[in-house]
Amino acid sequence: MKFKAMTAIAALAVSAPALLLADADDDTLIVNGEIEMITKAPAPEHLSGVLDEIVSGWHMRSDETQVMQADDFDNPGMIYTEQALDDWNAVNGTKGKSCASCHGDVEESMKGVRAVYPKWNDSKEKVYTMEMQINDCLTDGMGADAWKKSGAQMAAMEALISVQSRGMPMNVAIDGPAEATWEWGKELYYTRTGQLDLSCASCHEENYGNHIRSDHLSQGQTNGFPVYRLKNAKLTTVHGRFKGCVRDTRAETYSPGSDEFVALELYVASRGNGLSVEGPSVRN
Amino acid sequence: MASGVKPRVKAPKKAEAGEVVTIKTLISHKMESGQRKDKEGNIIPRSIINRFTCDFNGKNVIDVTLEPAISTNPYFEFEATIPEAGELKFTWYDDDGSVYDEAKNVAIG
Amino acid sequence: MDFTRRETLALGAGAAALTVLPFRVHAAADEAIAAFTGGADVADGGVTLTAPEIAENGNTVPISVDAEGAVSILVLASGNPTPGVATFNFGELAGSQMASTRIRLAGTQDVVAVAKMADGSFAKASSTVKVTIGGCGG
Repeated sequence: MKFKAMTAIAALAVSAPALLLADADDDTLIVNGEIEMITKAPAPEHLSGVLDEIVSGWHMRSDETQVMQADDFDNPGMIYTEQALDDWNAVNGTKGKSCASCHGDVEESMKGVRAVYPKWNDSKEKVYTMEMQINDCLTDGMGADAWKKSGAQMAAMEALISVQSRGMPMNVAIDGPAEATWEWGKELYYTRTGQLDLSCASCHEENYGNHIRSDHLSQGQTNGFPVYRLKNAKLTTVHGRFKGCVRDTRAETYSPGSDEFVALELYVASRGNGLSVEGPSVRN
Repeated sequence: MASGVKPRVKAPKKAEAGEVVTIKTLISHKMESGQRKDKEGNIIPRSIINRFTCDFNGKNVIDVTLEPAISTNPYFEFEATIPEAGELKFTWYDDDGSVYDEAKNVAIG
Repeated sequence: MDFTRRETLALGAGAAALTVLPFRVHAAADEAIAAFTGGADVADGGVTLTAPEIAENGNTVPISVDAEGAVSILVLASGNPTPGVATFNFGELAGSQMASTRIRLAGTQDVVAVAKMADGSFAKASSTVKVTIGGCGG
């Protein structure tokens, strides 16, 4: 893959400059030469009449950024999974337990988890994000303090859990008890906010592939989260990105972990059902 | 010691005698440039890794001087000649006096 | 650094034109080169600097340098508040005089590599990297 990507760079270098390439490119993402990612897929049924194809934000990035994600050593987001593995095995809280005390080997127990979150939590009777579940484990399961929502430690643990599902297609459930939350998330997705009067759809449904100033707009898919952003050289969570987007419409934003963002996360995740889990991905 | 500093190295475990091998290194470090200001408008003091070296059996492969323009989580890729079996030693020097190191054995065959 | 739409288009339209732009660095970079060379003449060519034509984000820009027979290579970012980026000194077990890293660029500017050769001569190369100022990504 590395070789292919480098060839792609060379080929692009003699063709058109990247700024003029509007639509998603046709590159293929294979991580470490073995994990083949589904970065384009037919849109899920609930998007019929809206989108035909769903596309990972990886396609919207430059070749230099794309290639960073194709190898775990080149992907700086992987550093944080190593830090999170220390947390996974560290005894924390009054009950003398670590994550591993209950869940054992993260590579076994967390396989497939990222692909189905957010999901309905029967006992709590609401839709749960991975962050909410991690904090429940910390407080109720371990007698430890909750981590900051969308903070660095949380983002790293989400990356570690996400890595166990890389390549698997996103598959969040939107029917049954989760449906009301999903509908609310959909409503939020299409609600215009801020002085710029933009909804999520204004950029990520109606204008993906176009440029907003110099930024190449993606479909705003969440399958790559948490993402290592070149901009701030650290992991960004889904809610952290939502906050940035809403702020960029010049609105007061909801907070990471708020009910609004939980609902929005479920809805946006469902728009990517069928794309591979990529987290931690690399974006600009 | 700056917190959360973790070196990573990718080097082959085996090489032919005299083979040129590719090495990649990365260390988690914020590389505070000394150019940024905090919320009160005070300059955040510079705190970077200022030197990185790689040696094989005591002989130098590369010796890099880093300035604040090196990105967060410094990454290097370079090539080394492996004349015999031995140990690659990697050392990062922090502005605060901390030294981080990592070693990888390379066998011949 | 501000680019008008016309300038941006002109830059984008002619990638080849970039390579013939006059070699131009800021005074601080000139001083850094002089300190490295001791004021000796610097020839063009003999060192390869690979950098993206357009960097998606100036905070993490991948570059590599390659100069066969060099003892060391100085890398400068002429438009940064301080031009120094890195100096690669190659030891006796260096497999090549090549190195890659990721650097910070404060804006669109010339990145410069100056190689000191084993015979004491110097060579340089430069490359203009256009740093995009993002809408939401930047």
